Amino acid sequence: MTEVFVRMQMLQPEPPPARESGLPKWLRENLFSGWLNSSLTVLGLLAVGWILYASLPWWLHSVWHASSLGECRKIIAETWGEGATGACWAVVRERWYQWIFGFYAPALWWRPILAFGLLFAALGPVLFAGQKKALSVILGAVLAYLVVTLWLASAPTVPVLLALALVAGLLVLAQVAPGKLIWVTLLYPFLCFWLLWGGSIWTPIGGLLGFIILVAVTIGLSRVIGPAVSAGIGLVVAVLWWLYLSGPVMGGLQSVLPLGIASVNSDQFGGFLLAITIGVTAIGCSLPMGILLALGRQSDMLIVKTLCVGFIEFIRGVPLITLLFTASLLLQYFLPPGTNFDIILRVIILVTLFAAAYLAEVIRGGLAALPRGQYEAADALGLDYWQAQRLIILPQALKISIPAIVSTFIGLFKDTTLVAFVGLMDPLKGITQIVRADINWKGIYWEPYIYVGAIFFLICFSMARYSMALERRLKTDHR
Amino acid sequence: MALASDVPKDSFRLSMLIYDTRYRSITIQVFVLLLVGLFLAWLLQNTAANLAARGKEFNFGFLWQRAGYDIGQQLIPYTNDSTHFRALLVGLLNTLAVAVLGCILATVLGVLVGVLRLSNNWLVSRLMTIYVEALRNVPLLLWILLTYVILSEATPQPRDFRITDEMAAAGEAPAASMILFDTVAVTNRGTNVPAPMFTRGLGMLDLGPLSINLTTLAFLIVLGGSIWAYRSLKASADATQEESGVRPTTWWQSLLIMVLPVSLLSAALGLHWEIPELKGFNFAGGILVAHSFTALLVALALYTSAFIAEIVRAGIQAISRGQSEAAFALGLRPGRTMNLVILPQALRVIIPPLISQYLNLTKNTSLGIAVSYLDLRGTLGGITLNQTGRELECMLLMMAIYLTISLIISAVMNFYNASVQLKAR
Repeated sequence: MTEVFVRMQMLQPEPPPARESGLPKWLRENLFSGWLNSSLTVLGLLAVGWILYASLPWWLHSVWHASSLGECRKIIAETWGEGATGACWAVVRERWYQWIFGFYAPALWWRPILAFGLLFAALGPVLFAGQKKALSVILGAVLAYLVVTLWLASAPTVPVLLALALVAGLLVLAQVAPGKLIWVTLLYPFLCFWLLWGGSIWTPIGGLLGFIILVAVTIGLSRVIGPAVSAGIGLVVAVLWWLYLSGPVMGGLQSVLPLGIASVNSDQFGGFLLAITIGVTAIGCSLPMGILLALGRQSDMLIVKTLCVGFIEFIRGVPLITLLFTASLLLQYFLPPGTNFDIILRVIILVTLFAAAYLAEVIRGGLAALPRGQYEAADALGLDYWQAQRLIILPQALKISIPAIVSTFIGLFKDTTLVAFVGLMDPLKGITQIVRADINWKGIYWEPYIYVGAIFFLICFSMARYSMALERRLKTDHR
Repeated sequence: MALASDVPKDSFRLSMLIYDTRYRSITIQVFVLLLVGLFLAWLLQNTAANLAARGKEFNFGFLWQRAGYDIGQQLIPYTNDSTHFRALLVGLLNTLAVAVLGCILATVLGVLVGVLRLSNNWLVSRLMTIYVEALRNVPLLLWILLTYVILSEATPQPRDFRITDEMAAAGEAPAASMILFDTVAVTNRGTNVPAPMFTRGLGMLDLGPLSINLTTLAFLIVLGGSIWAYRSLKASADATQEESGVRPTTWWQSLLIMVLPVSLLSAALGLHWEIPELKGFNFAGGILVAHSFTALLVALALYTSAFIAEIVRAGIQAISRGQSEAAFALGLRPGRTMNLVILPQALRVIIPPLISQYLNLTKNTSLGIAVSYLDLRGTLGGITLNQTGRELECMLLMMAIYLTISLIISAVMNFYNASVQLKAR
């Protein structure tokens, strides 16, 4: 009989050793792969532990119902014993509206609320161009938001119905012809301006007419003398209209057909209402300006190029604060004697110029990153300068610079807090200072700053995430 | 046959200024120049009219008048009898002090965070992501205000540091105590740190309007000499390595070069530290660092470090993995791989955006206004402006100074950038 040394049946596969599978493996590879890694892990754990130990009781002992910091402390001491720490969110509960609306009259809150909701309806066609589903979702969300918030703000019935009908109409339009929604975006600034500042409806219509004149002159003349010169002439005509004609004509119309809502003064603006107004306007205006400046800087025309470089380098070389002080102190020297216009408008103009200079550099980077072949191919196709820019160069250059453009926008939005230094009520310094100066809330600091910081974080972080998503969507390279 | 040479040589017509692309650019430029010229003339005319209406004139004579206000933090001697120009200089130095210290701190922190964010360690990279996102998505102003408020409202009063006789008898500890081996006291009035004192100081060199602290000068000269010696040592080591392939051991020599001269000078001048002490109701001795300075510095450094961390991360990630794998394949140790292969390439990507972060930090020092830090904006653009009522001159001068600082920083950093960029042959 021969011994068989060969195994006749297959063995079941052994499971891997315990430290090579599942949680132990993950732990070993990600946390304890070497002495350096292990000590980093321990340090990290210690840091997390220390932060939790120091702050967790504070979060857990939060007080939401109190009328002063002293009362908060008393409640915490009574509930959790002497010496316990706790957050006093009652200040946010009691004064939240000041951080949001500033000194805007409570009876009129529905107007900024409505403007904020419609902002998204206006942004949708730009941010999600041609995506029917996304547009419908956004418009639906705006409709739901308006129904809830307008009801909470107890807005008057007629405007509520009008607004809801408008958004519902847009929702229908999004199903039929989503491309047409861009007109909403173009008309929105005038509607928003009118909702926020109020007054006669003829004022924003006068402003709108100026733009219509600008576009009409540009298109009408560009066949004859080229787009650049005709745009220049159109601008001059529009400025003349705004300066000398718009006022009397619209005043006349107002006296014939008085239509309007209660007007609100600029000094009643404050908090996030102010920050978002300045931020969104400046973002919207600075992008076209930045593109023009970047094109000017890349231009072959020596004088145009020198002027653009000088402007960009000057603005980028000085702090925003000095520009804001220029708006509040120096404009009275530079403008004709006796002119005095709204401080918010002045600040918006200066912030726009500031952001435009930064955007110009960012876009110039995108323009420089394009291979020369793209420019030459556009020339070979016989496109003129503006056609080449519009159809070939800018779409690619802007796509490359999206992340940097959005981070400039984020920076701009964060910088709106600096308007506090020219006497405006920004959420961070202006309003928080007022709340902290209240005798009831003297000595409170973590809670207001956490509240304001969280809102800023939410807005800036979602902008950053949107830019990452957009970058992925527009990515056309080969993977 | 019609060839290109047959194109008629038409004479110049006026309409070609608009229709002919060869001449149109000239037309446009002249048009633009004209518009800008008109605009500037309009501004100048308005300014002149406004100045006349207010009965003011445009000159900088006020800079030589008595300032009449005090500045808390002075790096050069200044009293309220000094001129506005002197106040401007003090403010400028305060701006530069925050900017330089902030850039150094932010770079150190930022590089550390950026590298840790790329670490394989799951926990640490997550923590660093939170650090970066939290810091850079919230306005800088919030960090400045929050740091300042915490420093000035959550810190103990000087009297909390006192140990009374009863407490000593009962063996109780005071409500607050000094940190870092009893040398630094953080109170609600400021941070008291030890001051360097010299028993045999060199005194001041008086040069009319400018007086130079000779002790500081001596230290700077010795330090400069050490750095020069260190660099020549390194160069000679490099030369030896090039010739023989063996790198001489130099670490103890470089340590000696860096440490010994400074220590000798300190000993010669009799350096000792004056530790702050509680006397009466306040701390005496040492240097009182105002909270406005600390808050501004800490907030600027933290905020900018988040941006620098992202730049460093992007720079390291831009180097393809093949580079480090190739270095390992050549047998280089991780440290040498980093020094010789990764960093030289990553620096090329990192430096240009780093320059703009330094510029941003320098410009952001003007936010010191939020905590009443008397920097350039606080002296020239703040108190001087309000006292003299010379808005136009003060603002223009301030903008010119900030612009100059920015241009100098970019010039210096661009020079450095050019030296690390790839040399095209």
